Amino acid sequence: MTYGSETTEYATLVLEPPDRLRNSADRLRLVIQLEGVTKHYPRSNRPSVEDMNVFIDKGEFVFFIGPTGAGKSTIIKLLLREEIPDKGKITVGDTDVTRLRRWKTPAYRRSIGCVFQDFRLLPNRTAAENVAFALEVIGKPKSVARRVVPEVLELVGLGGKEHRYPHELSGGEQQRVAVARAFVNRPLLLLADEPTGNLDPDTSIEIMRLLDRISRTGTTILMVTHDSNIVNQMRRRVIEIENGQIVRDQARGVYG
Amino acid sequence: MRAKYVMSEVFLGLWRNISMTVAMIITMAVSLTMLGAGLLLYNQVDVIEEYYQTNLEVVVYLDRDIDQATTDQLQADLEASGYAEQVVFESKDKAYERFKDTFEESEDLVNSVDAEVLPAAFRIKMKDINDAPKLIADFQEREGVYQVTNQRDILQQVFDILGGAQRLTLIVALVQGVAALMLVANTIQVAAYSRRREVAIMKLVGAPNWFVQAPFVLEAVFAGVIGAIFAFATLIAAKFLVIDGQFKDLFSLMPPISMQSILLLLPILTGISALISAVTAWITLRFNIKV
Ligand SMILES: Nc1ncnc2c1ncn2[C@@H]1O[C@H](COP(=O)(O)OP(=O)(O)OP(=O)(O)O)[C@@H](O)[C@H]1O
Ligand SMILES: [Mg+2]
Repeated sequence: MTYGSETTEYATLVLEPPDRLRNSADRLRLVIQLEGVTKHYPRSNRPSVEDMNVFIDKGEFVFFIGPTGAGKSTIIKLLLREEIPDKGKITVGDTDVTRLRRWKTPAYRRSIGCVFQDFRLLPNRTAAENVAFALEVIGKPKSVARRVVPEVLELVGLGGKEHRYPHELSGGEQQRVAVARAFVNRPLLLLADEPTGNLDPDTSIEIMRLLDRISRTGTTILMVTHDSNIVNQMRRRVIEIENGQIVRDQARGVYG
Repeated sequence: MRAKYVMSEVFLGLWRNISMTVAMIITMAVSLTMLGAGLLLYNQVDVIEEYYQTNLEVVVYLDRDIDQATTDQLQADLEASGYAEQVVFESKDKAYERFKDTFEESEDLVNSVDAEVLPAAFRIKMKDINDAPKLIADFQEREGVYQVTNQRDILQQVFDILGGAQRLTLIVALVQGVAALMLVANTIQVAAYSRRREVAIMKLVGAPNWFVQAPFVLEAVFAGVIGAIFAFATLIAAKFLVIDGQFKDLFSLMPPISMQSILLLLPILTGISALISAVTAWITLRFNIKV
């Protein structure tokens, strides 16, 4: 029904306007829509993302692959509204990110979880406190954190290590904390920019299992990676980017 | 929880950058002390004006060798002039008494002045002190008149001195204030830079702007309040040690600076300082922490 379940190459079809591709009921299920998005950094001689069209459904698990400098992280930044596109429209859920007022950005970001290669944990807070922080900043009462945080840490397999500081945890464990923090608010969308980039293969697979479980709860996951093993094993939708443009969009794809 | 978190961030931030914090507080304290002194002087001019308004006199000093007939004629003319409400004659002896009273603590000065030297005078309470120049013009050149002085002119000199001192304090307050605000901006920049990782993470998680900015703004406000308290303490100390202490005689010529008006400075200085510091910090953050 959706292109996510088909095995054909989709690069040409997906460039068609979305209305011709799907009926309105399907449109409601879209979590990410990039329509003609171009981003040209001021001090760069070519656009990092050029006239890109991407549509991602609720619950999809999508890999973004491509050589270094292709524009993968730029897409993540555009989705987080850390950068504003020069052209085109970005919609995440119900939010038109390109028109989002600056002061509404924090609220928008709370509907997105994100995980990075460098974990990005607060160094002076324990694992539990780092996870609780995501609840704290959105004003959830402490009682909620007391109930939810141990659950989520258990889910990511860190039960018993709640009170360790980031420097007392291994890389894989730190990344689990980061995933727990990204997931604790049950976001619509989880963005992961090379989440296994700093981890050994075994630990990488553990993290992937975790993301897979999260994906099965209905969370849309968009993951940038250079790890061909992971992509080939998971067999999810693969979008390959080169020079800021999509060169392949394949359901149940391989690294290539 | 959030309040506790914010407060611990504030103190940690101030502590991490302690030398800058101290410099900031000192500069603020100096600026605010000067501002406070300037405000007190401003208030003092009003108080003095009110205090003397009803007591101001025009004094007609008489020649030493004046005879009784001329004196009587002068008195009659002064009373008939229409400007005077009351004309009081002060003989040489009385003038000397008054002189002794005024300088009773400076015995040497009193002893060095011969009772004969001080002239007799008419002390004239005016109906309207603004008519004094006319009265002076009329009587200055009269026979037997040595000199006519308007006490208001003397008071004007005091005002000029106070006004000058006030301008000076306000200029120093302004210059120091600018320096203090630059230090605030700098401290906030350094703090924002040293916490850029935390700030980036907070923004990633979707922390509201006020939550990200509050610790920095409160750092500035805290420094501002401490600065104001130091300034207040300095002014209190100045009142007791300088005005009521060492220079008591000098200041006894004018009405005392009331404790009440100094106490009033505490909320004023604290408020001004906290507000300006907060605004400065907030503006600095707008340029340093982009969403
Ligand atoms: N802030 C910036 N200013 C100017 N150019 C930038 C900026 N950020 C990225 N670029 C350029 O945009 C292009 C895409 O960068 P991006 O970080 O999206 O690549 P990537 O696909 O994530 O690469 P990698 O796999 O190495 O992480 C690169 O050519 C890069 O030099
Ligand atoms: Mg990248």
